[in-house]
Amino acid sequence: MDLHEKRIPIIKIRDFLIVSIQVDMHDKLAIQLQSQILEEIGRTGAKGVLIDISVLEMVDSFIGRMLSGMASMASIMDAAVVIVGMQPAVAITLVELGLEMPGVDTALNMEKGMEMLEKRLKDLEHNFF
Amino acid sequence: MLELAPDRNFELLGEYAIETEYDIVMARQTVRQFAKKAGMGIVDQTRITTAVSELFRNMYNYAGGGKVLIERGDVESHDALIITCIDHGPGIENLELAMSDGYTSGMGMGYGLPGTKRLVDRFEIQSKINEGTTVRIMKWK
Ligand SMILES: Nc1ncnc2c1ncn2[C@@H]1O[C@H](COP(=O)(O)OP(=O)(O)OP(=O)(O)O)[C@@H](O)[C@H]1O
Ligand SMILES: [Mg+2]
Repeated sequence: MDLHEKRIPIIKIRDFLIVSIQVDMHDKLAIQLQSQILEEIGRTGAKGVLIDISVLEMVDSFIGRMLSGMASMASIMDAAVVIVGMQPAVAITLVELGLEMPGVDTALNMEKGMEMLEKRLKDLEHNFF
Repeated sequence: MLELAPDRNFELLGEYAIETEYDIVMARQTVRQFAKKAGMGIVDQTRITTAVSELFRNMYNYAGGGKVLIERGDVESHDALIITCIDHGPGIENLELAMSDGYTSGMGMGYGLPGTKRLVDRFEIQSKINEGTTVRIMKWK
């Protein structure tokens, strides 16, 4: 695996961006992904972001901070972020580490995450009209 | 170099330099492999991997890098994985403060050191201003 060359693809499906993190990210890659996603939100007007971390074997304070920072920046841009598929061992370790990740919604899998976002979008439309 | 109880007899599994962000990733993956080999469960593997990631990043951020020793040995009749992080950075002025939740001298959240301590079975730290910092953690099944 060449750690230097990895770039994480972002896919847009309807109103949502879908990101699947498939590599153990070094810090610059995590920062790059954060700004890449925010740029895509701005460019496409996406209303939600699903980030699949089911293959991530660890989330340390840096990656945790990147994820929660991204969630709060995305919400300023009117997009919701849902973290999908966090492994139980990762969740346990995050709590013990002391990271709360405020403002970060999580879902068991992609389908549940998509449902969360769609429900949110529907609620927003109802409030608007 | 600071010495942390050098009288124990551990088997050296590997020695690695942390000089770049890639080294942090490679070294934490190496630690996970050794934890797996030592028969640790998935949660303990994740704990030790996360703990070392915090320590490696501290070395990289605050000391410009450092050295990692991975050892295995008997600690109070436990089959332990022992990881020692040695740097020759600026040292930590107030260890008690650095070990408290939420304290950071930089842009972090200040959970690296106290969080690491919660994730392992033993945590030892020594630091001397202008000489460097050594952190040694141990984890067993
Ligand atoms: N190896 C080191 N050399 C010098 N100073 C260090 C070292 N490790 C930690 N420190 C000091 O101790 C403080 C606390 O470290 P800790 O890892 O707990 O938090 P942080 O790195 O600031 O934030 P976080 O780890 O949550 O991103 C640091 O801000 C830094 O001042
Ligand atoms: Mg730290």
